[in-house]
Amino acid sequence: MAAKSIISRPVYGTLSPQPGKHHLFIADAEGALAISDMAGRAPAGFFDGAEIDFIPGPDGKHVAALEALKPAQFHQAPSFASLLPRLKQTLANAHMGLRLYLAGTEGLIGQAMQVALEAGIDHTSIQTEHRGSLARRMQCVHCKGITENVTTQPATCAHCGLLLLVRDHYSRRIAAFQGVCINAEDRSEIPPMEEIFR
Amino acid sequence: MSTGTTKLDVIVSDVVPVNELVTRFHFRRRDGQLLPTFSGGAHVVVEMRDGERTRLNPYSLMGSPLDTREYTISVRRDDVGRGGSLFMHRSVRPGLEMVISYPVNLFSLDLRARKHLMLAGGIGITPFMAQTAQLAAEGGNFELHYTCRTASLGTYADVLRERYDRRIRLYHDDRDERIELDRLLSTQPLGTHLYVCGPSGMIGWVRDRAAALGWPSETVHFEHFAAPQPGLPFDVTLAVSGKTIRVDEQQSLLEAIEAAGVDPPYLCRGGVCGQCETNVVSYDGKFIHNDHWLSEEDHRSGCKIMPCVSRFEGRSLVLER
Repeated sequence: MAAKSIISRPVYGTLSPQPGKHHLFIADAEGALAISDMAGRAPAGFFDGAEIDFIPGPDGKHVAALEALKPAQFHQAPSFASLLPRLKQTLANAHMGLRLYLAGTEGLIGQAMQVALEAGIDHTSIQTEHRGSLARRMQCVHCKGITENVTTQPATCAHCGLLLLVRDHYSRRIAAFQGVCINAEDRSEIPPMEEIFR
Repeated sequence: MSTGTTKLDVIVSDVVPVNELVTRFHFRRRDGQLLPTFSGGAHVVVEMRDGERTRLNPYSLMGSPLDTREYTISVRRDDVGRGGSLFMHRSVRPGLEMVISYPVNLFSLDLRARKHLMLAGGIGITPFMAQTAQLAAEGGNFELHYTCRTASLGTYADVLRERYDRRIRLYHDDRDERIELDRLLSTQPLGTHLYVCGPSGMIGWVRDRAAALGWPSETVHFEHFAAPQPGLPFDVTLAVSGKTIRVDEQQSLLEAIEAAGVDPPYLCRGGVCGQCETNVVSYDGKFIHNDHWLSEEDHRSGCKIMPCVSRFEGRSLVLER
């Protein structure tokens, strides 16, 4: 579970079935388990009005478990980027009464939420549950480049090469944690790199 | 102590009968300066000095927030109420000097919304007069559904239709026209916020249907017009100030506390803002809770009361004031 720290650091809950006409689930990898667990608490027929968009990831597991829930629509994608056009289209055509559920890695939850915010859904209206990797999407505050799947502290910016302190300071707008140069005064000072976001 | 309610000295600049029940009042500052800015949905508390009695009633500002030369309110005459609206209708004339509070907004627009869907019932139209003016000036996307008893009691329906044309949809009870609420709520684009102001039955209905149809609570905004209801007189002991007071039939508990020289905090005087929440020390009798602030659990507990709108019937009531 993600530890609580400063207020901007997102905290996640446990998926729970909401009243609504349509239910859209976006999940990756072990996020599928959060959906399966929630299904046990959902009223009969809940998934008749549901769409599940799933990114299985490298393990390729959990597809059958989600199909077994018999959602009205089930869609698999190899990556979030490949899912994005479909997600944008779905939200653009959606009406009030659609409820959004996000489950899986922080990167997936953050990026799906970013699209939802742009479509006019308030972040407090979205159900989230974190499962799996704590790897972070990080924005270098100096060059603004985004580095995906950051697991170390400090981390090297994949764009400008600066050594960055990965902060808990998070931006919902860009769906990334902020990375700030850790040795701006003396670039020869190289703190040890530890793998902490697993 | 009236939190956030700094007073404004105003003069009644115009009194305009709108229909058989509603009259509009215009206020300007006595010193000729501009009034404070406000946003659509704000209200002011009007002090009504009626002989020895002072009533303080909240009314939504209905003018455009872009024009602060004057404030306007519309008052519906309530023949069986506590007399505030009758005082306004009978005694307030152009040129009268009055005191009103600074505007306070407990029913503001959420400007992040992609669309604003407004539902008004009867005199609940007044906050929407200001909100539609505010949105229209910014090119905002809104739609207003307005239910009134008859066309002649459709206060400002003509003005709204003229200003906003098809963005205004009218429903007349006497013609058996009803909002198709479920269909309306199910066809709104994502990012719509819902605003409802009118009788409490209407607000309850709209909130229930919106919740059932999957509208998150943060997208549903409502304002009750909870004027204090008259009732049987009752006695109250104020434990902190050591006073025993009587609340008259036509007086609210808050007004009675103020009349005794005790100055509790207040803001809306309509049972929604929570400022005047008061602890009950002991009681023997039954509460008549009329507020929309305390939870049902609080109401049952007998530990709290909102003196602006709620009353009491029974042998004794001791409050922590």
